Amino acid sequence: MSDAVTLQGVSKVFGDVYAVRDLDLAIGDGEFFSLLGPSGCGKTTTLRMIAGFEFPTQGSLRLHGVEMALQPPNQRPVNTVFQSYALFPHMTVEENVGFGLRMKKVAGAEIVERVRRALDMVQLTHRATASSKQLSGGQQQRVALARALVNEPEVLLLDEPLGALDLKLRQAMQTELKDLQERVGITFIYVTHDQEEALTMSDRIGVMNEGRLLQVGTPQDIYEQPTSRFVAGFIGEINLLPATIVDHESVRLAGGRLVAATTGAAAGSEVTVAVRPERLSLFGLGETVPARLNAVRGRIVRRVYFGDVFYYDVDTPDGVIEVKEENRPGVALHEIGEEAVVAWDPAATTVVES
Amino acid sequence: MNDEVAVARPELEEAARRAESRRGFLIALPAWFYLTLFFVIPLGIVAVYSFATRSSTGRTILGDWNLNAYRRLWDSLVVEIAARTLVLALVTTLICLLLAYPLAYYMATRRPMVRNILLILVMIPFWSNFLVRTYAWKVLLGSDGPVSQLSQALGGEPIRLLFTNTAVLIGLVYGFLPFMVLPLYAALERMDWGLVEAARDLYAGGWTAFRKVTWPLSLPGVMAGSILVFIPTLGAYVTPAILGGAKTTLAGDYIVSQFLAARNQPFGSALSMGMMLIMLAATIVYFRWFRPSGRDL
Repeated sequence: MSDAVTLQGVSKVFGDVYAVRDLDLAIGDGEFFSLLGPSGCGKTTTLRMIAGFEFPTQGSLRLHGVEMALQPPNQRPVNTVFQSYALFPHMTVEENVGFGLRMKKVAGAEIVERVRRALDMVQLTHRATASSKQLSGGQQQRVALARALVNEPEVLLLDEPLGALDLKLRQAMQTELKDLQERVGITFIYVTHDQEEALTMSDRIGVMNEGRLLQVGTPQDIYEQPTSRFVAGFIGEINLLPATIVDHESVRLAGGRLVAATTGAAAGSEVTVAVRPERLSLFGLGETVPARLNAVRGRIVRRVYFGDVFYYDVDTPDGVIEVKEENRPGVALHEIGEEAVVAWDPAATTVVES
Repeated sequence: MNDEVAVARPELEEAARRAESRRGFLIALPAWFYLTLFFVIPLGIVAVYSFATRSSTGRTILGDWNLNAYRRLWDSLVVEIAARTLVLALVTTLICLLLAYPLAYYMATRRPMVRNILLILVMIPFWSNFLVRTYAWKVLLGSDGPVSQLSQALGGEPIRLLFTNTAVLIGLVYGFLPFMVLPLYAALERMDWGLVEAARDLYAGGWTAFRKVTWPLSLPGVMAGSILVFIPTLGAYVTPAILGGAKTTLAGDYIVSQFLAARNQPFGSALSMGMMLIMLAATIVYFRWFRPSGRDL
């Protein structure tokens, strides 16, 4: 079976700026795929090219194998949920939802039925005849979703659809969106700058920066095995320590400490060692640190209480390292000024470019 | 002990409200004064005169009130002039709309910088006097003017547009076009173009998206512009007086002639009142049908 969306060597130039550069990406049928990156990274431009609002400067864009790069948006089997929802203010909720079907000249009775089902799906049947201006933000969001899904598109494009909602509603909608996607089985391409959204909902994530697609993988791949310094730093919290490669199994930190890590580049190369704060443990000086762990000694300079966790900043010869320790029985509490050992499993150590 | 804090003091709130409304009144006082002196009182005089009687020497006799002047509004000559004026105003409005919409659309879809330059260009004509510009048209449309010369150069007859209804139409469209462009531009500039993308995304072609989204959402601008062109055109005096012919009297011209040449102030006043009613009707239609929320321009 062919992929739902295939981009090959796609670039988009605005003036003399590459908004998207040499993008290769295949998104499978029924996949929930997120494009993640900071604002201006090219993720929205990529989405707009798939929707047909922008045409690629070069490259090929296929939807289920059919070349679509230069087709106008109304001739593509995709629909979009816009960031601002873009509901037609001069139409009611049901007129908004039925718009696409009317444009496709679907029979009147069928439109009524499909609009009813779509509104049912987003639990807004009771607001069918309301003006779209009278709806709350969450309701507008659902109407936008229904208006797109009622057309049964091959691919649904979502441009930061939860960005305008408040935190509670956003979290509720995340779950709802994911459930919905599994139910309808349509390919979702979801653009967001919110890493948590991307991690919790996606089957796969593509991380973009400065117009380039840096890494594509499952949320776990992206979080646990970042292949670049940018991806490591952009997603979650991470300690980035400068180091030099010694051999295939070890690197030397700036402070001279040798730590175990799987390396790729040649010996002597400058690299960055990336370790997540939650993978680190603090040991008092009197405690025994298991020999297989990487260990760095330092002094605790800061402690921040977050309720469920404590954050410690430990000043070591290799740099200040942030440690995240759970606040639960059995995890020792350490004081500011205390000497301690920061230790972690070599498997949790990622080496990326410096 | 803190009970006092919770006690409502309605009399204080009431006093504050009254002070607020007094301040508002004081701020508006100069405007009130101006409008009363130069608008309400003259309008009242016109209204009173329309029920008065004209003496055989052309003086207005205040007293012996009657509706004679209003009865004359149904004379075939008056009806003919009114119909001609109305048609001219409607045609002017329509042509202005047809010319202004594409221009406003073009302006609203440019970069902000270009937009502002175009906006200034639209307003530049206001910098020179309307009368002067109308006299310029007199030269352009005369039998020696460039239009006529072009026709002769191409081997045709001399064309004299001056003193015809066409000349008046050209002059009016020229004069009132900016009043159509500006509200249209305001409506289109403020429009969320994401809605057009949404329509395109939902399988509408370019033209359909315009018909279903852009046009309905620009209607407040269309109506505002139409009112701004239609009403002054209805009462236009200068343009027809300079560019129009003697055979094509329009309402404004006719009213002036009643006051000056015919010295029939009651009839002139009745004509003015009648025209104001038509304008009032147009305005009410606009407010009732196209501004239900009162939010748009």
